[in-house]
Amino acid sequence: MLLQVDGLRKVFGRRTAVDGIGFALDVGEIVGFLGPNGAGKTTTMRMIAGYLEPDEGVAKVFNIDVAQDRRRAQERVGYLPEGAPLYGEMTPWSFLRFVAETRGMSREAARHAVRRAAQDARLGDTIDRPIETLSKGYRRRVGLASALLHDPMLLILDEPTDGLDPNQRHAVRDLIKRLGEERGLIISTHSLEEVDAVCTRAIIIDQGRIVADKAPTALKEEHGSLERAFAALTRGEERV
Amino acid sequence: MKKRPGLASMAAVYRRELLAYVTTPTAYVFVAVFLFSIGLFTFQIGGFFEARRADLTPFFAFHPWIFMVFLPAVSMRLWAEESRSGAIELLMTLPAPTWSLVLGKFLAAWSIAGAALLLTAPLWVTVNLLGSPDNAAIFTAYLASFLMAGAYIAIGSVMSALTQAQIVAFVLAVLVSFLLTALGLPLVLDFFSGIVNGAVAEGIARFSILHHFDAAQRGVVEFRSVFYFVSLIALCLSFTALAVDARRGG
Repeated sequence: MLLQVDGLRKVFGRRTAVDGIGFALDVGEIVGFLGPNGAGKTTTMRMIAGYLEPDEGVAKVFNIDVAQDRRRAQERVGYLPEGAPLYGEMTPWSFLRFVAETRGMSREAARHAVRRAAQDARLGDTIDRPIETLSKGYRRRVGLASALLHDPMLLILDEPTDGLDPNQRHAVRDLIKRLGEERGLIISTHSLEEVDAVCTRAIIIDQGRIVADKAPTALKEEHGSLERAFAALTRGEERV
Repeated sequence: MKKRPGLASMAAVYRRELLAYVTTPTAYVFVAVFLFSIGLFTFQIGGFFEARRADLTPFFAFHPWIFMVFLPAVSMRLWAEESRSGAIELLMTLPAPTWSLVLGKFLAAWSIAGAALLLTAPLWVTVNLLGSPDNAAIFTAYLASFLMAGAYIAIGSVMSALTQAQIVAFVLAVLVSFLLTALGLPLVLDFFSGIVNGAVAEGIARFSILHHFDAAQRGVVEFRSVFYFVSLIALCLSFTALAVDARRGG
């Protein structure tokens, strides 16, 4: 099992962001996290990536408890944070070199890994231009490349296609599908169409809990469409 | 394929930070202001020429006061900027031990301080042209000053880890640096002696940066002063690591 999540809980002050989330993920699965804003998608992903520690529950990557043995687990995860924050003054080349070397790779291995990841993410000739001058689409691809550097089996991508134009979105989706063939992926998204197009499984989260965990086709059969399923299963902030 | 994990991460963070310093104009501005003010203090207030002595005492005497303002400006961005931009999430999801990030950043800022100190070397050359100073003493004073700079940067590093706003980090670091520097001055001592007895106030004075830099600037190495600065750096860096790690708790 690539990833095993059990009873994850996270409380910020008086707000329970994640309230007992559990699921498992295997190779070949592309899981789409769906849910209204503030449902707990990002917080869940952050706990799996080892950025936040859960208040309760465990996340295990290759049977390694993320909270107990954070670094060993993080070596096996590729993570794209929401908004893909990057160092604007660096070029993708130097930025990716930095990430690879901080991951502990030797200079030679880092050079190699950067070349491969840049190719996978289709960075093209933007590799030598300062990141702050790149379009949103290319910045997101730099973020993706940084998650791919160490060729992880598990990828966690927080809104990988947010803010991209249709062509860029298409390219990233193709990449995700290709990556998903021999890895496990979790992506969060607000686009139901995207879930339909790339995900093998949809997990709908509402108010910190999983309200559905099924193949997109099963959801469509039950509710007629993904839109209806989403509306029927989530309350979100709008209707509280 | 792997070197010792922590050290490789530290080296990578160090190189990135240093690059960030030299590719943005701020570091140059700070260093220029530092050199200008150290010149101003040494010649105008310190009376370097009027003293008619070939030594650098008037120069070193102002280091704590100038460092107190200059170095928090160098260190303020170390962590605050990472939190503001969100890049901290990227750093903290890499399999690098927290100490390697803290140390890498600290060493980069310390290197900038070292470079600024090196740029004052013409002054050293000048006193050698004007007379025959005690070069061993001057060298010792430079080393002490560099060590002291490390302490100020370590203080700045903690403050930077506590906030997202660089300016808040700067103000807090200046404030703490001032207190720690001036602990031994009558101004501050009088305040304490109102509360505690003389012996205790005397004890407090021994914890001031000024107290420990005093002998060193005349070229005398005291083990306890070296120990003081090294401990201060270690303590502040530990606090920085704690503050950074505390984020994981939410």
